[in-house]
Amino acid sequence: MPEPSTESQQTDAPHRAAEGTRVAEGADAGNTSQECAVLAEALSKRYGDQTVVDRITLAVERGECLGLLGPNGAGKTTTLRMILGLTPYDAGSLQVLGEPIPARAREMRARMGVVPQMDNLDPDFTVRENLFTYASYYGIDRSEAARRVDELLAFANLEEKAQASIASLSGGMKRRLTLARALINAPELIVLDEPSTGLDPQARQHIWQKLRALQRQGLSLLITTHYMEEAERLCDRVAIMDHGRIVACGKPGALIAEHLERYVIELRGDAARHFLATHESQVAPARIREIGETVLLYADQPMPIAESLDGHGLTYLQRPTNLEDLFLQLTGHDLRE
Amino acid sequence: MISESNRSVHTAAPHERWLPRPSLRFVAVWRRNLRVWRKLMVPSLIGHFGEPILYLLAFGYGLGALIGEVSELPYIVFIASGILCSSAMFAASFEGLYSAFTRMHVQQTWAAMLAAPLEVDDIVLGEAIWAASKALISAAAIGCVAVVLGLLSPWGVLLALPLIWLICLAFACMALIVTAVSPSYDFFLYYFTLILTPMLLLSGVFFPLEQLPSLVVSLAYLLPLAHMIEIIRPLVTGGALHVGLLLHLLVPIAYTAVAFCIASWLFRRRLLR
Ligand SMILES: Nc1ncnc2c1ncn2[C@@H]1O[C@H](COP(=O)(O)OP(=O)(O)O)[C@@H](O)[C@H]1O
Ligand SMILES: [Mg+2]
Repeated sequence: MPEPSTESQQTDAPHRAAEGTRVAEGADAGNTSQECAVLAEALSKRYGDQTVVDRITLAVERGECLGLLGPNGAGKTTTLRMILGLTPYDAGSLQVLGEPIPARAREMRARMGVVPQMDNLDPDFTVRENLFTYASYYGIDRSEAARRVDELLAFANLEEKAQASIASLSGGMKRRLTLARALINAPELIVLDEPSTGLDPQARQHIWQKLRALQRQGLSLLITTHYMEEAERLCDRVAIMDHGRIVACGKPGALIAEHLERYVIELRGDAARHFLATHESQVAPARIREIGETVLLYADQPMPIAESLDGHGLTYLQRPTNLEDLFLQLTGHDLRE
Repeated sequence: MISESNRSVHTAAPHERWLPRPSLRFVAVWRRNLRVWRKLMVPSLIGHFGEPILYLLAFGYGLGALIGEVSELPYIVFIASGILCSSAMFAASFEGLYSAFTRMHVQQTWAAMLAAPLEVDDIVLGEAIWAASKALISAAAIGCVAVVLGLLSPWGVLLALPLIWLICLAFACMALIVTAVSPSYDFFLYYFTLILTPMLLLSGVFFPLEQLPSLVVSLAYLLPLAHMIEIIRPLVTGGALHVGLLLHLLVPIAYTAVAFCIASWLFRRRLLR
């Protein structure tokens, strides 16, 4: 198997196109599938009349962390299940770790790890037994498993909890154990479905720290999330998904620069609204968006606007645009459950 | 270029197959269940010993004192050999229904297995063999009690145990079919009412089949328990054995093969969507 090489990391630039990531075409197309951890082309999935995943094209390079962002119901989990070979797709093609999916999904799964959206740790076993049992699903022999279990308990900071029951673990501990479990077979790729949803800030920081450590070891990561902060911190590239489509894909900074102004000014309350209604000309260069109570003024040159707001004694927050702005821009502002 | 290579092997994809294609990895599923059982062995064994002893006391000594001999056997011997079979059937069925449903649906243990290199077919086979193993444990417990009480022949019981395991694969696979289509635990009641209870009452566990109208007898022979009793009862009571008895094995074996294929197909359809 090709190790994650520096070469594969240099090839991540020219992949962006309107529809999403396009795989390099032409002479080296034959190699691409070998270099990619995940390579999906025009992948579609329908449930009844509903097209849940709509012709997505997606590549995860070796050694890369790709974030799949999208509101609830965008089709993220379905995409991951297709990648695992657990959900058959209706159209398109899919290779993971060089193996065609679903035909050789079993062989591929032997080389990857999964952190599912909902914890499915084995409640009948202790922490340590969970890892041992999972090792047996991969056919790892007992002495090798013992070595890895100790290593992973240390990695997940769960050594003191080794004999504890699953029910006695906190949410953060369960997630770390699930992550440790996903690493039992020394995978080349891990797929994580909303790894930090439902965790408190400390637990979230902790899991991010673990994920960064894995990235440094050269693992390929595919993460779904709807936390922009998580994506911004962890992901080399992000693919933004909405209604089953990938609406944008690339490095966070480049995507923000492509779709948005450099700065945003946030205003709140009736005074702000009144000011905008009466002094529209003073904020003219900005693009105005309203979300509930908040008014957002997007501009490349925020200084003149800020000065005029200062002049009227209004309080505001000026900050560079971020992934959250991009996400709202591309997926709309309506809340989805 | 992917699509071509993909298509040529595409026919092998699990969700498109009619027939199951389990691998040796099923052993990991079986061992997982065994490990859990070992942790809870004591209460589980008490159950395996306790309930059949109650039946033996109530029916054997209580009712038996009134009845005397049945089919040339003391009634308590007759019923001990019957309960050996019916308890094994229920042990396999409970495991294939409630326990399997818990692992599939409530605990999502199967989902965790499916993220590893296990396929649905491996899990179904592992669960079926495990459920039959539970039947074996139950039969061994009752067999012990009956041998200690001097009711059944020790060698007969020893010979019967592997056959009981084999036959109970049929009950396990039948139960797994029900689990595969079950939205909740409540659904299992249909299976009890329509299949298991009639089978228990009309297969010769409590009284000889000849007592029943011939139509009912023919119906009873359509299901595996009557055949199980035909084989196991003479074996454990020192009755006349002949090669013809082996023919009765064909029915449970056929049930196992067909029910395993149906259950695997249904589980693949349910879990790979
Ligand atoms: N097994 C299924 N049957 C029918 N619809 C489904 C199934 N799984 C998912 N869906 C639908 O597909 C859409 C996408 O779901 P999902 O991939 O879970 O989204 P996300 O993970 O982005 O929140 C949702 O509208 C969901 O209701
Ligand atoms: Mg999801």
